[in-house]
Formats: sequence, C-alpha cells, structure tokens
Amino acid sequence: MQLAVWTYEGPPHVGAMRVATAMEKLHYVLHAPQGDTYADLLFTMIERRSKRPPVTYTTFEARDLGKDTAQIFQDAAREAVARFNPQAIIVGASCTAELIQDDPAGLSEAMDLPCPVIALELPSYQRKENWGASETFYQIVRKLADKTLVREPREGRKARANILGPTALGFRHRDDLVEIRKILDQLGVEVNLVAPLGATPEDIKRIGAADFNIVLYPEIADEASRWLEKNFDQPAVRTVPIGVGATRSFIADVAELAGADPTPALGDTSSRLPWWSRSVDSTYLTSKRVFIFGDATHAVAAARIAREELGFEVCGLGCYSREFAREVRAEAARCGVEPLITDDHLAVEDAIAAAAPELVLGTQMERHIAKRLGIPCAVISAPVHVQDFPARHSPQMGFEGANVIFDTWVHPLVMGLEEHLLTMFRDDFEFSDEAGASHHAAHSPRKASVQAEPVAPVADIPSPAMADAAATGWTDEAERELKKIPFFVRGKARRNTEAFAAADGRAQIDLETLYDAKAHYAR
Amino acid sequence: MSPLAVLDGCAAELARDTAPANEAPRPVLRERGQREVFCGLTGIIWLHRKMQDAFFLVVGSRTCAHLLQSAAGVMIFAEPRFATAIMEERDLAGMLDAQEELDRVVTRLLERRPDIRTLFLVGSCPSEVIKLDLAKAAQRLGAVHMPRVRILNYSGSGIETTFTQGEDACLAALVPVMPALPADAAKELLIVGSLPDIVEDQFLRLFAALGIAKVGVLPARNARDLPSVGPNTRYLLAQPFLAETAMALENRGATRIEALFPFGAEGTSDWIRAAAREFGIDAALVEQVIAPGRERARIALSKLRPQLTGKRITFLPDSQLEVPLARFLQDELGMELVEVGTPYLHRAHLARELDRFGPQVRISEGQHLERQLDRVRADRPDITVCGLGLANPLEGEGLTTKWAIELVFSPIHGFDQAADLAELFARPLRRRDMLEV
Repeated sequence: MQLAVWTYEGPPHVGAMRVATAMEKLHYVLHAPQGDTYADLLFTMIERRSKRPPVTYTTFEARDLGKDTAQIFQDAAREAVARFNPQAIIVGASCTAELIQDDPAGLSEAMDLPCPVIALELPSYQRKENWGASETFYQIVRKLADKTLVREPREGRKARANILGPTALGFRHRDDLVEIRKILDQLGVEVNLVAPLGATPEDIKRIGAADFNIVLYPEIADEASRWLEKNFDQPAVRTVPIGVGATRSFIADVAELAGADPTPALGDTSSRLPWWSRSVDSTYLTSKRVFIFGDATHAVAAARIAREELGFEVCGLGCYSREFAREVRAEAARCGVEPLITDDHLAVEDAIAAAAPELVLGTQMERHIAKRLGIPCAVISAPVHVQDFPARHSPQMGFEGANVIFDTWVHPLVMGLEEHLLTMFRDDFEFSDEAGASHHAAHSPRKASVQAEPVAPVADIPSPAMADAAATGWTDEAERELKKIPFFVRGKARRNTEAFAAADGRAQIDLETLYDAKAHYAR
Repeated sequence: MSPLAVLDGCAAELARDTAPANEAPRPVLRERGQREVFCGLTGIIWLHRKMQDAFFLVVGSRTCAHLLQSAAGVMIFAEPRFATAIMEERDLAGMLDAQEELDRVVTRLLERRPDIRTLFLVGSCPSEVIKLDLAKAAQRLGAVHMPRVRILNYSGSGIETTFTQGEDACLAALVPVMPALPADAAKELLIVGSLPDIVEDQFLRLFAALGIAKVGVLPARNARDLPSVGPNTRYLLAQPFLAETAMALENRGATRIEALFPFGAEGTSDWIRAAAREFGIDAALVEQVIAPGRERARIALSKLRPQLTGKRITFLPDSQLEVPLARFLQDELGMELVEVGTPYLHRAHLARELDRFGPQVRISEGQHLERQLDRVRADRPDITVCGLGLANPLEGEGLTTKWAIELVFSPIHGFDQAADLAELFARPLRRRDMLEV
C-alpha cells in the first residue's frame, strides 16, 4: 500500500479515456461502478470540453455482484453501439471491475457487435494513466491499421508524415499541434494523419500511408510508433521540439526523412528566445538555480532549455514516470545532479526544500510546494489544471513555444526581483515591507494576508524548514545583517553559514562568521 | 396527458409509490442504467473541513485518490486531512498482507500527524469487493492507538453509496460512539447533518432564543466531542440524505422530529416550529423569535423572485437535496418543476416535502443517463441542475445549467441564506441573458 495525498497520474483507464475522448467516432465501454464517472469532469471542467467524453460506464452496484454484472456489461455495450453508432469501440475494466473478472474482452467478442471491438487489458494495480494511454493507442493502431495497405511510391509526391501522441487533457497538445503543422508546412511535408487527437477509427486504417512518424509525446505514442516501424517500415522522428535547439534538431530530422530543404524552416524569424536571452537585462538569469520535475519528456526538455538557452543551473531534475526514467537519468548526468524518479510528492517536496532552488519548474503539484516554500514557480508539465488550458495560443513546441517558455519561466523571476526591490526599500515610508509586492494579492496588504492563514496551521506534512527558522548561535548583529540579504537567497545564506560554522567548529555565528562563510562559498 | 405518459420506454417503469396508506400515492419514475454521480468518498471533501480533528484514510485504488483530488482540486486550497492508502498488486495477493500493510500505513500516518484525534478508515469499491475487513482493522488499530486516536470505519464505496450517502455512512459510524444520555435525562435536541459553521451558529442562536437549553450537533466540529444520545433525544435532520444515520439514532432510542428541511423561509420556519412544538415552547414566542429572520428572507427573496418565477427547472439526480430544494424553488420563488430526479427517494423523510409537489411534477429515482438526457432535451427547461461532468456538455447544447455540487458546498440552509440559495439558480439565468458573445 502506498500512502498518497495527491497523485501525479490517474489510473490507466483514465489514460484510455484521454485517447478515446481525443478521437472521433470511437466509443469506450468501461466496466466500472458509478463513482468512476467522476472522470468525465476532468474533460468537461478542466479542459472545458463542450461534449461528454464518449464513455459508457456500466455503473454496477453491490447488489449486482455475483449475479449479473456480465449481463450489465453486455447491455451497456449493446445500447452504446446502438445509440452512438461508433466506427469502433474499446472495452475494458476499471480497478473495481478488474477484481470481479467479468472479462469485457470475451463478453464483447461473444456479442457479435457491428463494429470492431478493441479489448484493453489495463492492470489498474500496477500501471498508471500515461501507460494506459500509450497501451490504448497502441492497441487501437494495431487492431485498426490496414496491414494490406501499400504505400504509394515516393516519387512525384510530397513526403507524408503521421503526427502521433496528442490526446485530450494533454499539456498544451492543442497548441503544440498548430506549431508542428506550421513547421511541416514550411518543409513541404503533408500530414497523413494526426492521432489520437481528431482521428476517427477509419482514419487510423490509413496510418500506414505515411512515409514516417513524428512522435510528439513519447509517453503516449512511443509504443505505437515502434510497432509501426516494424510493421510498416516507417521511421520515426523522436526529437521533441521543445526549446530552440530541439526545434532546430527536429526540423533537421524531419527534413532529412522528407528529403526536404530545412533552410526556410530554420530561418523562421519568429524565434525571439535567443535574442531575449542574450539581451543584457537577462544577465541576472545567469546560473539561477532551478529545480525541474514533471513527466520525462517535459522535464528533460526543460533541463536542456534551462542549461543551454537561459543559462540557468539545474540543481535538481526528476520525473514521475518510471517508464521513461532512463532519459531523465541521462539528462541528470549531463546536469551533474542525482535524478529523482518518484511518484511520491512528499519526496519531491523534500528534494526541493533540500536543493533550495531559486525557481521551480514543475507540475501543479510543485506549484503548490513552491508556494509553500516561497519560491517562484512555472508549470511545465501535466498533471493538468484548468490554468493549463488558456484561451490564447500558448504552445510549448516550436519557436513560438520557446517564446512562450521564455515568458512563462522568466516572469516569476522578474516578480521575485520586484519583491526584492521592495524589500530593499523597506525602510522607505512609501515602500514599507508591509505593502507587499504588487503582484501578490494586490488589494490586501501583506500583513492581512499573513493573518488570513490558519493561526495554527495543521500542516499535512511538517513543512521542511526552508528559511528564516529561528536558529541558535546567531548574534543579534549577525542576525540583523542576514536580514539585509535579499529574501530569496537568505535561506541559502543562513544554511551555508550554519554549515560553515559547524564544519569550522564555531559555536557562535557573528558578523565575522557570516562573511567568512560568504567567502568560503564564493563561486 | 401527463408528461410521463408520452415518454417512450419509460411508461413501463412507472411504479406506484409504496407510501404509507394515509398519504396519497404518487407516481415515481424509477430507472436503472448508467448513473452519472459521485461516489460516497466525495463527502470527505466537506467532512474533513467540518471535523477539524479528524482524518480520513481511504483504503482504495489510484482511482479513489484521483477522484478525491479531481473533485477537491478545484475547491480546496488548504492542506487536506485526507489521504488514500493505494492498494497495489501485492496487497491483493493475500488478505493477511493487506491488513499488515494497513497497520504500517496507519502507524506512519499517525506518527506524522500527531494532531489527528479521530481516524476514519474509509472503504472503497475495491476494498469492498475484496472484502477487506476495515471494521476489524479499526478495532485492532484502535486497541493500539486509543485513547490518543479513536479509529472508526465506514464505506464510501460507489457500489454502495452515492455522493452524499458518504456523509450518511460517516455519521452513522459516529452514532455508536456517542455518549449515552441517561433515560431519566431531560429532553435534548440534536441537529443532524453537517452544516457550515456560520449556519450552525445561526440555528443554535435561534434555539437558544427559544429557550431550548441543550442542543447537540452531529457531526460536532470536534469529532472527539460528540453529543449524547438516548431515549430522550429528539433529533432534527438538517439534511435529507441521512437515512442510515437516522436509523442508527433510532436504535439508540432517539426520536425524529418531523419537519420540512430548513431551506427557504418556509422550510426553515417549519423546521424551527416543529422542534419548538416538540419542546413545548409557546407558539407566540416561536413566532417572535423567527420573525426577524423570516422578514429578512422575505425581503431578500422578493428581489430574486421576478428573475425565477415561471422559469422551468429540471434536477438530475445528484445529492438527494433535490426534493427539498425543488419545493423551495416552487413554493417561494414560483419556479415550475419539470423533473425532480434524485438518486434515492427516502419516502418517510421526504413525505411532507413531496406533499407540496403538484401532480404534474415528474419525480424520478435512480438513473438511466441517456434516457434522462433525452428527456432534458425534449423538455428544454430554463435551467438544469446537474453534476460537473454534464454541465458544460449541456451548456454546449444551449441548455443553461447549475452545478449541483455547489449546493452541497455553499451555505444554503436557514433564513439568512435563503436568498443566497435562490441566487445560485438566478445567476446562471442572468448570465445567459447578459452575455452577447
């Protein structure tokens, strides 16, 4: 048993729902009790979809157990096919139905339904959401792809690609797709199929007509693309174009497979990140310590951008998906940090507190952690939140994606700097400490917002002491001096000084010790 | 022709209500099919805020944890006092193993959270299906951790409970550990059902003004500070979904005070009057005590009535609050009830509420989602009350909706919340009229 307050991923059948909901004219008959219908709100509320996910839940009850749950499944499947008239259905069980072993695969096979049935085996007690999505997509492709299809000769036509991976409830999938299409257009590559997003089962049949595949989100499409590679001899572009460098490599990879000239796409002038990063006001970004956590693809991409495109120092890197831990380990080695592969958010919290970063790039979970620790944060990966579906175009991929990333990551740091300036002027009557930063609860003074917190917070987890913990051994003078240090490095200064004093055998920390420590830790 | 008769496929499901012989039976459309409702685990989201020394540990699957964070995610920002012990492949291998694992998880949790005084082990669909005995676990762990922590159990599983029935199961689990009120004790009043603190305090002030000396509240804000119960307990249900809790209280000798539920000026007046009658309070004093609240509610509601009068409303089954809320909207705001769906119709507790409905009101119990949505599309009510999964899709079809879940989380009981309650229904309609995009 694993004790969890929050989870990074849902169960695998939610992954299957992400695929089903992304597709058109596909229906999912899910053997599950009524409570599992909560999953609909992920799509209708978080993603604001105006249509119900195409899912029929059997919603069996306790009184049905041991009697007619199998019949309930068959009735639900028959009704769903009659009502929605899908081109294909996927069938499976949620965690509870898995335990009663009704075998939706066998049951639906026996029913002789008028459309193809794709049976899913998604072990709920071993696997999670992304794996479920990947397996579902793989099974759909395997079952529906027309294996007799012969690709047209390459001569005299444009190169054709499949774009694989975007799903419902994906982190910026909608907008990434726009950017990828733009790049393919510049390269003169035709899109044979985008899947799962927007594809029908009939479309999937023609998946073999493409010359190659573009694996946008390996978490979803890697498995399917490997099968396609083997069965249709379709090579795959696996470079994920997040960041300027990765986008350039992606363009080069696609151009090579398509036999196209990459120059026009590479010369895209909409890429502002390089100059924004080189402009002098960005100097203060140099060696900012960032902690990165998310799904493997986004975490690895973030680490590269942080190091190579923004001049940050990566002080922590991890992901919650064991399936892609290898990629994260390799990138962590390049960053010179220990990789953190875990789905326990408490472990992530501890790691962030220990690393004392100046910026956290993570999921919504890390956003909460960072808020608690008072560290600026930007969200780079699923699990998604309603904020991750902005009304405006906000991709992560391509040159425009890199522009978005520059703004999203640098903005919290600028805000932090503003706060620092306010603190510097704290003795100025107009800029008193009490006034608070303009971007934080602009309408209420800081004092009030502090009081709004519970008086005796019953913390879920004893929050790791981050900064300004009343330490013993500090002289008043040293303590006062410490307060003059900007708040966002104060915690680190305190810890370093204490570590230095302990190592040096000094019982008391006075001004002298403080500056000796500063010299000791100077970069 | 009654609207029911024209519904294809539904006529056969018309059933005669088995109401007591002295009440007029009315047709209820009973349906079975896909339901679109939360399971009882969802109750944890408000119960853990209400009982501030209690922690809820769901023994379940990743789905349970995901449900709690998805349902709660948009609503709470503070640190939760709930968690899930996620069962994994190896826990399912053998029962003994699962119990030991549970001990380990509970011990770790209690070490980390010394502030916990009551721990609920909450059963889920998977734990019920594998028959993991949480009562036994609670007993065993209780022996170790009492008196510091009292350990109780109930099931919030979706195969047994629907949404608010989770609160019912939780409160029912508290009843056996309520202290005994001696048989010779004076009559005491017990308010049953979790209410926002502000509403609870309003009611307590009213009962104090009536001179009812001892008023207990279940659940108490502090789960270790439970009210007493005995043959001289007279209890008043504040929520319409507490069938099991009521039964448990009756088993301990308590008697229910029959009343409308305290929604709107009329419901609240009836609720208070019924309690006052039971305690022999002078009727003139009662009217004097409730007069200011009634008047405030009247004034506040009069501003909203023009927006709601004549508007047609359908409730999809969700919280079991549907019947009393529909009565309020019909009687006090002049709304027209098209269909009142409820996951479960407690005929005894709702008898007086149902009496208020006109014969044309379609009452449905249980759910066949697709057929029900067909009815909504055919009826085209001005506003449809439904769950979060359905609201945007119905809006997408051009139907105005109100999320049912907000009715569970907002203070809506009592005189001073009557207009807030009405506003929850008026706002979507007003918004629909305001928007020009």
